[in-house]
Amino acid sequence: MAHRSPPKKRDWSWRSQAFRGLVFQLVMVALVGFGLWYLAQNTLANMHARGIKSGFDFLLQPAGFDIGESLISYDALDPYWKAFLVGIVNTLRVAIVGIVLATVLGTLIGIGRFSRNAIVRGVCYAYVEFFRNIPVLIQLLMWYLIFTDLLPPILEPISLAGVFHLSKAGASFPVPVWSFGVGTALAGLAAGVVLAWTYRAWAMRRFEATGKVRSLIAAPIAIVIASMFVGWLVGGAPTAWSVPRPEGFSMEGGASATPEFLGVLLGLVLYTAAFIAEVVRAGIASVARGQVEAASSLGLPRNFTMRLVILPQALRVIIPPLTSQYLNLTKNSSLAVAIGYPDVVSVATTGLNNTGRAVECITIIMAVFLTTSLSTSVLMNWYNRRSAIKER
Amino acid sequence: MAAVFHPIAPRPAPARTRGPMARIRANLFADWMSTLATVAMLALAAWVLPALIEWAIVKAVFRPDANACQAARGEGACWGVIAEKWRFIIFGRYPFEQQWRPEVATVLLLGLVTVSCIRSFWKPWLGILWAAVIPAFFWLMGGGFGLSRVPTDLWGGLPLTVMLATFSIVFAFPLSILVALGRRSSLPAIRTLCVFYVELIRGVPLISVLFMASFLFPLFLPVGQSPDVLLRVLVGITLFAAAYLAETVRGGLQAIPNGQVEAARSLGLTYSQTQRKIVLPQALAIVVPGIMNSFIAIFKDTSLVTIVSLYELTGAMSLALNSDANWRPFKIEGYIFIALVYFAFCFAMSRYSLWIERRVSVGKNR
Amino acid sequence: MSSNLLKLSITAAAVALAAAPAFAGKTLDAVKARGQLVCGVNTGLAGFSAADSQGNWSGIDVDVCKALAAALLNDASKVKYVPLTAQQRFTALQSGEIDILSRNTTYTLTRDASLGLHFLPTTYYDGQGFMVPVKSKVKSAKSLKGATVCVQSGTTTEKNLTDYSRANKLDLKPIVFEKQEAATGAYFSGRCVAFTTDASGLASIRNKDAKDPKEHVILPELISKEPLAPAVRRGDDEFEAIAKWVIFGLIEAEEYGVTQANVDQMKTSQDPVVMRIVGTSEDTGKLVGLDKEWLVRAIKAVGNYGEMFSRNVGEQTPLNLPRGVNNLWNKGGIQYAPPIR
Repeated sequence: MAHRSPPKKRDWSWRSQAFRGLVFQLVMVALVGFGLWYLAQNTLANMHARGIKSGFDFLLQPAGFDIGESLISYDALDPYWKAFLVGIVNTLRVAIVGIVLATVLGTLIGIGRFSRNAIVRGVCYAYVEFFRNIPVLIQLLMWYLIFTDLLPPILEPISLAGVFHLSKAGASFPVPVWSFGVGTALAGLAAGVVLAWTYRAWAMRRFEATGKVRSLIAAPIAIVIASMFVGWLVGGAPTAWSVPRPEGFSMEGGASATPEFLGVLLGLVLYTAAFIAEVVRAGIASVARGQVEAASSLGLPRNFTMRLVILPQALRVIIPPLTSQYLNLTKNSSLAVAIGYPDVVSVATTGLNNTGRAVECITIIMAVFLTTSLSTSVLMNWYNRRSAIKER
Repeated sequence: MAAVFHPIAPRPAPARTRGPMARIRANLFADWMSTLATVAMLALAAWVLPALIEWAIVKAVFRPDANACQAARGEGACWGVIAEKWRFIIFGRYPFEQQWRPEVATVLLLGLVTVSCIRSFWKPWLGILWAAVIPAFFWLMGGGFGLSRVPTDLWGGLPLTVMLATFSIVFAFPLSILVALGRRSSLPAIRTLCVFYVELIRGVPLISVLFMASFLFPLFLPVGQSPDVLLRVLVGITLFAAAYLAETVRGGLQAIPNGQVEAARSLGLTYSQTQRKIVLPQALAIVVPGIMNSFIAIFKDTSLVTIVSLYELTGAMSLALNSDANWRPFKIEGYIFIALVYFAFCFAMSRYSLWIERRVSVGKNR
Repeated sequence: MSSNLLKLSITAAAVALAAAPAFAGKTLDAVKARGQLVCGVNTGLAGFSAADSQGNWSGIDVDVCKALAAALLNDASKVKYVPLTAQQRFTALQSGEIDILSRNTTYTLTRDASLGLHFLPTTYYDGQGFMVPVKSKVKSAKSLKGATVCVQSGTTTEKNLTDYSRANKLDLKPIVFEKQEAATGAYFSGRCVAFTTDASGLASIRNKDAKDPKEHVILPELISKEPLAPAVRRGDDEFEAIAKWVIFGLIEAEEYGVTQANVDQMKTSQDPVVMRIVGTSEDTGKLVGLDKEWLVRAIKAVGNYGEMFSRNVGEQTPLNLPRGVNNLWNKGGIQYAPPIR
């Protein structure tokens, strides 16, 4: 050992580290490549031998099956790609609504773990331990069972003021009739958000420059509401609402959330909120004790300390694990298939059975989730960089 | 004008900060918000708890009597369904008279897992024990050598859950170390392969991996050569778990200061010696809680194999109740039962994880 | 260490390469070598394929496998049953996990042409129907306007439902479940107004899964043709021929009155058709590569087609399905076997 000469670089001998590394890499790449080739070659041979058709051309064929709920207009004669699109939209719908609700609930519970009130602390702790230690699939199945078991039969809905209906067919509620005015109101809403954002950025700059505190919450909300109202007025102030009305086995008009959607949503939100609460708790706990002490010695009230001192610092710790919780929620939404919600996995398995294109359909599922995962990661990484400590 | 001395009124004695009354005040009625929360919570409890107790205990039916359950439906829980079906829920479709076998096998496996969790047993013989117990488990479950054969499609219930979770973590562990080392390797091809593997697996849901293992994989192999579906699913979960575990292990590796590696190299240790003797022992000690969390996650995720028709705990429960019209209405009770089983396992593991986390950080906090 | 690894990987690669062209031979050879027929069946559909608590399988689909095993391997018990879900069944057959798929599978052009399989003669002519709770007072499928319908995915049912809904402007809303249990569970809990599958399946589910079969009614409309047939993998014509002619043989046996009970007496029969069936004149077995007793064994194992039907789903069974179109061609049905000669 003592007499071993130092390894020489760039030497075509077995003793050269660089050479060994090169050989090792070549062997590994060759092995992986060979494995993939072997599997692909088998698959092709199997398919060829029994005349199994393959390829993505089926995406242009008419799908031929209905989908229970859809946000975009879809008809059974539409091609397969559109059926997949309906599935993707359904997946995204439950994932996005779920992420928003789980974030709100999770943050509240995470902060609740630091409450001065022992009961609140205890309840939050019990919530986290209970919901994160039971498989999410069981939670989904349970919620769905509770919905379909306890709600009244389809023909005898509970009605509230004749406009809200609740039954095994789901929750129905009125929506505005689509018209030009609704469009301008939505445009006003979008403009309001942009305006509020700009105002808030300006107010923050003013605050940093002059120390004058301006309303950072009430004013932006007022801007958004006012702008939406103006948009609504500009569009002629339409007041027509589409009110759901029981008609045989279905509801005419209005909009509704099916028990499948509600079951998936509730299951995912309650499960993920428990994890988000833990992420938030860990983030808050990571802020040095001295910060809190400094804030209280400056005379900052407790809720200001939380909002202005602790949360902004905790956020930097929270964002990376929060991202992976968002990704988990999106991926877990694939379990919707177990309770009959037509998400992308459900559409893909139907397509798989109708066309026999198993490889293609499962590839589509994987590609959809890979794309959402990677784009969420990119988005959250961008936000993470923005909120990272700016060294001066 | 003569100044008149007005003494300020004496302050009251400070509130007691000790004793039960003071604790209650500080914890429940510190300010009006806290008081409001306390009152609201107590009111909620007073409203919900009696109804819950009445449903779960007072009016519940505990004996396996479907008619009594039917009569109490809507008012009381039917725990009789558990009394009637627990063997089916726990053991699935495993032949009734042979059920001592999965019982022994599961106890053996759980015992070994528990032993492996205790630090003073982390000796070489533990590895040998694992190498002995894994074949013993398959022998007990599958038969042969004196025991009657039980095909894998009859395996089910808790033994299957425990088996899938334990074996996938045990097999994923070495793989994940290799992948984690590969991801930090200076060899670009190796690094790319490892990054690709980890990101690909972490980007897709487990269910698609299971579909792949269950429906597609037979197509990738020559006709008639594909392994048993249980084995395929086990491999699928293992590959899935390994990607997540690799990230945990990589976190541990990153926590080892570079100076350690430099010191080892300057002592003349080779790459594999450095990793085996210096880096991994330190890194793995840090990541034990992370591994435990992965184990909990995988334990819960095994419930997904019911979607590809393996009847583990979740699947066995729905099979048991769906196949019997008399008991089908009491699925909620069945779900509560298996939820409690999962909870018991996962909660115990998370307690252990916390405990070991504190043990590991003892050195840091001295 | 590196060089060891290298040697190991080269060996592994060599082994893998050597294994690559070793395509498992013909199905027939594989079955004979193994001494066992691997038969893909339903995970549980009373009357077609269902296992009792001892793991004994029974049903029409199971009987097909038993008859085939009896003809091919001289022993009706040499069958391994692989329960499959609707999604798994075709890949299981394609990949060689099973030798024959006998799992109430509808014979369609797409499946026959693009899934790499060949269908065998239809063993049960069926049609898709609806089941609703008696309480709902629905008497006809036409009055299901706007209703939610529970369906199991991976079947021809979804598309038939869509076609029917479209043709009659019913606007039915399918709720699709991965597994049969989940679909029936949702129906029985009242989530759906109706449940749809093959009429025989409805009878089986109503009888076995409903708490009280009288609370559910099967609507009169049959909305599609569902010829249920077993299937084998492409690429082995001899195996396909044997399986095909065993099924035809069972139908022919019913037509000429050869039953499980009298098959031995029939060996003395002078009727030339019966003599060909029981192998006392022409050696029909030789034509498909078997011995002359091949059909005798099949009939002894499960009886003729009529016996199979009445034992598993007929009017004496809880399913109580009428023979209907599944009767022989000369008795008003459409079951017709080409001559065994």
